[in-house]
Amino acid sequence: MAYKLNSEKFNDVIGRLSEDYDIIAPALMPFEMHHSNQDVYGYRKIDSFKEIVIDKKTFFSPKEFLFPPRETMFYFSGSQIEEASYTGKNIIILLRACDINGLERIKKIFLNNGDVEDTYFQRRLGKTKLWLIECDEGFDSCFCVSMNSNKTDNYSVALKFTDKGIYANLNDDIFLDVFKSFDKIEEYRVSFIEKNKLKVNVPLPENVDIDIFDNFMWNEYTQRCIACGRCNTSCVTCSCFTVQDIICDENKNQGERRRVWTGCHIDDFSLIAGGHDYRTKNGERMRFKTMHKIYDYNKRFGENMCVGCGRCDDVCPEYISFSKCINKLNDIIEEEKK
Amino acid sequence: MISNPYLPVAAEIISIIKETKIDFTYRIKCDIPVVGGQFFQVSLPGIGEAPMSISDFSDGYVDMTIRNVGRLTSEIFKLNVGDNLFIRGPYGNGFDLLDFENKKLIIVAGGTGLAPIKNVINSFSHSKNRVKSFDLILGFKTPEDILFNYEIDEWSSLLNVILTVDEKDESWKGNTGLVTKFIKELNIKTDSDYSVIVVGPPVMIKFTTMELLKNGIKEDQIWMSFERNMSCGIGKCGHCKIDSKYVCLDGPVFKYDQAKKFVD
Repeated sequence: MAYKLNSEKFNDVIGRLSEDYDIIAPALMPFEMHHSNQDVYGYRKIDSFKEIVIDKKTFFSPKEFLFPPRETMFYFSGSQIEEASYTGKNIIILLRACDINGLERIKKIFLNNGDVEDTYFQRRLGKTKLWLIECDEGFDSCFCVSMNSNKTDNYSVALKFTDKGIYANLNDDIFLDVFKSFDKIEEYRVSFIEKNKLKVNVPLPENVDIDIFDNFMWNEYTQRCIACGRCNTSCVTCSCFTVQDIICDENKNQGERRRVWTGCHIDDFSLIAGGHDYRTKNGERMRFKTMHKIYDYNKRFGENMCVGCGRCDDVCPEYISFSKCINKLNDIIEEEKK
Repeated sequence: MISNPYLPVAAEIISIIKETKIDFTYRIKCDIPVVGGQFFQVSLPGIGEAPMSISDFSDGYVDMTIRNVGRLTSEIFKLNVGDNLFIRGPYGNGFDLLDFENKKLIIVAGGTGLAPIKNVINSFSHSKNRVKSFDLILGFKTPEDILFNYEIDEWSSLLNVILTVDEKDESWKGNTGLVTKFIKELNIKTDSDYSVIVVGPPVMIKFTTMELLKNGIKEDQIWMSFERNMSCGIGKCGHCKIDSKYVCLDGPVFKYDQAKKFVD
């Protein structure tokens, strides 16, 4: 079922749905850029159509609405342990195909890796509806087509924003009520981009030999990477966390256990008790991340983890390009095969 | 409502054995079924949580030998009998004793690596007819670091135990040198009957394995246990992933023919 709306009507849709949902969309976040008080684009709650920004890529991904940077797991009171409750509203996230596929990747980790499900991810996911934003042409650093993540059918509503109006394709009857009064149209079919400016060649898992882990190519990243972890925190598929406890300063009996984002580029990620660290060189961390995103996740789950959103390239302060890294890796593997 | 897998339960400390100045064995009340080589996520509310391997167990209790190395363990060291540790688990595969039944069993353990294997040693040392032979090489940094003194004496009366220290002190009359030095003394012959377990610090595991292979042990005859700083124990936090395996789910016990392909 497809409908055509003008921006005013779409604004009404947002207004009506806002009673039951927080609507999360790519938008301007004034002065929220670190360090310099500059503007940044990110995912946040919106109240009107005019706040939605379609022509810019966000710095951070929408994963934080399912897996927040910091989440309380338990509250402590003496030796009493109480699960932190979750009372958040239902949410609708407006996002692109790459990010929908990205959330599917971390869902595999949180719900399907091992035989128990992650309570905290599950309860947020249960309150989440995804609305697809169709891409016209993508951005300069996108390579979703190379990663097979340019398409998806996992959405409640697909939206196409054009100069002539907004097209909405319904995939979930729960939203029928809000759309049914609008002009029904037949000709709108959801489309996905078929070509990016960037093409990335991902090596096949069966061509990856253990020697590549020690290849000299990783040394470059030891020189360049400063282990800031921006590539991890901006990545829609990075799902690693560390659990921390804190005690209230005023009352030592009160405290909480929470989890916070971490990442394989960040110091101490691979440190164990007694001081041994499995990856001290930043090039080793780059290698670890690269192989996880395009090789070993695939061996475990049958698809690559990286969805080609290109945010890691956008945010790296050292201008390290992940897409170039994958291509370089593939070239070396192809060369060695000869 | 699904149960929360991160929720720990209180477990009362029923005894504390001071093995060395910095390694104490905590015996906790516990009826959860466990396997040697598995681990618990152990925590103190407000302090922190960390993986701890199970060193031994029997009806109604589990032992964990804990080294005082960090924020959590230094607080655990302040606890007394009757206090609680908070645990969830057990996690990991542990050692499958069937892999070692009717084999010529060799165990090489370094330092605190002895803890996760202690239950396996006890299982076979008390029923030696279950293995064809049993050699145990134990290495510690100094005589002061030796764990489970009381049990090493008992094992020595039941099987071939080679105990060595890297650096001796004036009182030490036994062997000195790395465990690798003593593998030759076992006169290993190429034989499909061997099963070998190597546990210890990463460097010790690496060189011990090389020495074993040099002496005729095959890659698929060696088992090893991995140590990582897991934050979850259930395959979510990412800290223990190596290649496509998660130490908490697929390990911590791996066979060497698989583990040799792991690059951290």
